[in-house]
Amino acid sequence: MKVGLFIPCYIDQFYPQVAVATLQLLEKLGVDVDYPLQQTCCGQPMANSGFSHYTQGCDSLFVKNFTGYDYIVAPSGSCVLHIKDHLHDDKNQAAADQIRSRIYELCEFLTDVLQVKELQASFPHKVGFHVSCHGQRGLHLSQMSELNAEDFSKPGFLLSLVKDIELVQLNRKDECCGFGGTFCVSEEAVSVKMGKDRVQDHLEHGADYITGGDVSCLMHMEGILKRQKSGVKVLHIAEILNGQL
Amino acid sequence: MSSSTYIAPTDHAKAADKFMEDEERVNWHDKALWFIREKRDVASKQLPEWELLRETASQIKQNVLANLDTYLEQFEQNAKQNGITVHWAADAAEHNRIVLDIINKHGIQKLVKSKSMLTEECHLNDYLADNGIDVVDTDLGERVVQLAQEPPSHIVLPCIHKRKEEVGELFHKHLGTEKGASDPAYLTEAARQHLREKFLTSDLAITGVNFAIAETGGFVVCTNEGNADMGAHLAKVHIACMGIEKIIPKAENLSVFLRLLARSATGQPITTYSSHFHRPRPDQEMHIVLVDNGRSIQLGRKDFYNSLKCIRCGACINTCPVYRRSGGHSYHYAISGPIGAILAPNMDMKKNADLPFASTLCGSCTNVCPVKIDIHNQLYQWRQIIAKEGYVPATKAQGMKVMANVMANPTLFRVAGKSGRFMMRLAPGLASIKAVNPWAKQRDMPEAPKESFRDWYIKNKKKS
Repeated sequence: MKVGLFIPCYIDQFYPQVAVATLQLLEKLGVDVDYPLQQTCCGQPMANSGFSHYTQGCDSLFVKNFTGYDYIVAPSGSCVLHIKDHLHDDKNQAAADQIRSRIYELCEFLTDVLQVKELQASFPHKVGFHVSCHGQRGLHLSQMSELNAEDFSKPGFLLSLVKDIELVQLNRKDECCGFGGTFCVSEEAVSVKMGKDRVQDHLEHGADYITGGDVSCLMHMEGILKRQKSGVKVLHIAEILNGQL
Repeated sequence: MSSSTYIAPTDHAKAADKFMEDEERVNWHDKALWFIREKRDVASKQLPEWELLRETASQIKQNVLANLDTYLEQFEQNAKQNGITVHWAADAAEHNRIVLDIINKHGIQKLVKSKSMLTEECHLNDYLADNGIDVVDTDLGERVVQLAQEPPSHIVLPCIHKRKEEVGELFHKHLGTEKGASDPAYLTEAARQHLREKFLTSDLAITGVNFAIAETGGFVVCTNEGNADMGAHLAKVHIACMGIEKIIPKAENLSVFLRLLARSATGQPITTYSSHFHRPRPDQEMHIVLVDNGRSIQLGRKDFYNSLKCIRCGACINTCPVYRRSGGHSYHYAISGPIGAILAPNMDMKKNADLPFASTLCGSCTNVCPVKIDIHNQLYQWRQIIAKEGYVPATKAQGMKVMANVMANPTLFRVAGKSGRFMMRLAPGLASIKAVNPWAKQRDMPEAPKESFRDWYIKNKKKS
């Protein structure tokens, strides 16, 4: 099995440790991982702003970089959802469609493809799990509180394999943090208020760490925590599952 | 009474900024609406068949929209046979004219009106006020915002943005209640007495329509206060105003929609009153106005037509994390929240270009929708159209063009990333200048690492 590792642009630039943890975790689980060096971005920032007509270059580059892998895996529900829903290449739509059907968010790849049942990781801390909307409502990584349907959580299952971790319950288990791509600056006031409220829920329940599957949400909440001079830290779920902290 | 003193803000983000000035009030507003969302969750989870009901409702409406002309004509024929006068209005202006003509024909000066989002959409109150007609909204929340000379901020809970103390002040001024009184029971009783006099002295009642049934020619009006009934039963003339999408094929379909409507709206099993009107009383005149006002255009939009399935329950509004923190008036359209944001651009794309962007695309709206409208996908689709039409700020369009070019070119991306991280390490204060960088106004920037993942990978992992 050959896996193409897709590292979203802002993780590559600002949170390389998340990418390193993802790579190490996959390799520890026996996966043959390749990182295409010419990758950039999934195109979501433009598309969600209404400029999907500007993303042809980005899309073609993505297709070029990720054609031929058995699976493509990324530590981001949001970017994976965007590729799954929107990757398009006029010159090679068949390749684009194949990528769309083979791309996985890290947690679902671990639970659904690798069917991981145990992990060598320990994290003796109180942790709040932030459910990111695109991973949950888009990729169905966990059950949505709005639906009358059976509860489940793929990232929740993986965290349950981590030794000594204590997950805190939240008042609103799947409310949006307000990051929202360019929304975070174009609607700055609402975005920050949503983030403050989300962070507060974790703080009230005694979390020492906030983790989740999307660095974008975590970066937003980290920015708020730091401005509040809070000691609470954010970590991507890959960093906890990798067990090298 | 006219609501013309109210000037709607024209940009969602600016209006939200203003709403946010009183954070304690935002917290209260958020909690009030979240409480209703939670009641909705509890109610919906008491029905094992909830998701099947949603799917059934969605499919019934799918059939309606695919055969709208047939059902409307069937409805017209049956309603006429029942003795109801049926009018067709192509747009808001025609609707308002039809209503005024009926009023004038009877020489009526004042009337009562129960809740109708269609008449809000058509700005009927303003139009009638300009023509010397005294309209009294009889839904308690509607009456509150009418006295405050504001439009409703929510389709089901029109004055949800007002605290009871503010309602007390309004009632003190207009209804003569005691100064400083804010007890809801006391204020509600005062409103009842005030409205009772209006009901008893009005010769004409306007109501909305929740469902019009093609096979019977009858219609159903749902309220919690019984005010539609009080108005219609006491008046010599009853005018019911409805958007053409309110049609359902059969009376039996009500068993699906009535179960969904109130549970989705407020968490009640059913509205207190679900009143079925079929024909006028012997001494009464009954009119129904079927209004298009942009609906045919929306029906022709492949990506957006199913927004017409909406039964106006407000569940998407209650769950919307943006709405709860920006308030209904920030949407500057008769229908606020996510559903308003996908309906408004159809009416005026330029004026409402900001609304589809007033969302994080979190998708909660889609999940609570009782007729399964893919609201967040439609928000995304409207963004594409609005950007192509050029209704976004030029600076944003230019920025996106630059970004698209950088992201399509790995070398450019690396240079930009490297210099960006270098600058952030060299002068971290620069990126925190709040005037240039809205991110940094209330959030710290991430710390820039020395190397990107790609740099690390080449150094540590790359197989030669």
